[in-house]
Amino acid sequence: MSAPENKGEQYEEQHVHEVYEQIASHFSSTRYKPWPIIERFLQALSPGSVGLDVGCGNGKYLAVNPNIYIVGSDRSTNLVHIARRHQPHTALVADILDLPHGNKTFDFAISIAVIHHLSTPERRREAITSVLRTLRTDGFKGEGNGEGKGRALLYVWALEQEGSRRGWAEGGEQDVMVPWVMRGKKGAVSQDGGGASGGGGGDRTFHRYYHLYREGELEADVRAAGGEVVEAGYEKDNWWAVAIRGNNLT
Amino acid sequence: MKLLTLNFLTCARKTCKSTAAAFPLHPKEAELEQVEMELNPLFVKNMLPRLDWEAMKTLATELGLPNLPAETPVAEELANESGEPTQTLRDLHTLLMETAIASGKLVCGNCGHEYAVKEGIANFLLPSHMV
Repeated sequence: MSAPENKGEQYEEQHVHEVYEQIASHFSSTRYKPWPIIERFLQALSPGSVGLDVGCGNGKYLAVNPNIYIVGSDRSTNLVHIARRHQPHTALVADILDLPHGNKTFDFAISIAVIHHLSTPERRREAITSVLRTLRTDGFKGEGNGEGKGRALLYVWALEQEGSRRGWAEGGEQDVMVPWVMRGKKGAVSQDGGGASGGGGGDRTFHRYYHLYREGELEADVRAAGGEVVEAGYEKDNWWAVAIRGNNLT
Repeated sequence: MKLLTLNFLTCARKTCKSTAAAFPLHPKEAELEQVEMELNPLFVKNMLPRLDWEAMKTLATELGLPNLPAETPVAEELANESGEPTQTLRDLHTLLMETAIASGKLVCGNCGHEYAVKEGIANFLLPSHMV
């Protein structure tokens, strides 16, 4: 199923935010195992590091390292209510394009499976810029205390998923609607609304908008957003990149 | 929301963010709660130099909490000679990690916009006319 034209904020409200709000609890119950590269990134941070998890969802990455402090944020209030259970961290409701954080502040940031939900190239790059701006330049408080530049780890879904049952592959449509099926009780009446459509046996199917990234596209977006790519790769159906602030980013 | 978090928050509006008045946000009608948490001395010691201490002092004053030391406590004030955590470190842990805003508002000193805090969760989504 391909996504229609005319995208932007309103479109994402309907085809991303409302859907997560409705599937939050079920979605969360399927998201508990941290991915290895993200786990390593968080474990490598020195104790006392302070950073962001932009689009923290149910907060599964808040549980990885108790010696750092993460301010997690998500658009979905329902997911934030789940995420806030992870001590010692904090979770709040915010939009990636209007983050309530100062510039050049944080040791690190992660944004996992978030940027692919923005529905135009400009908004995806603006989202990356928004995350990169929060990273410190060199040592905290600019004191050059040997901590180096703040780093962001970004993950997006890949177009190239030959190994998965989803059937996406190189050359395919990149802007797609991805179904999420919530199994209902047998015989329960299905309810329509909020992007949902009725299925058999009370199942409900929701469709979320995704932009599937092709090889090299995430790195190109990071550079266009004013960042530098430190490291990048592919892990199980996803492209990832570690990025720092570029010298010209204000 | 832990008081520590306030040291890492500004107004979400792009026009405010770069202004000095947008940091720190000012609590209003704040209901505080204590949430007990295990003391992590190394975390507190390493995190302290990252704090904007002036903002921390402002926050303590505005919430009517005991005054903080004039300067950021240094490592020697946080552990005694045998390496045990001092009362200073314990007090900082209580203030930063265990004291939280359960409900109330956070106000931007630049534009006056009020962000609601409910059930310990602050909401920074902006109404569309303010984006």
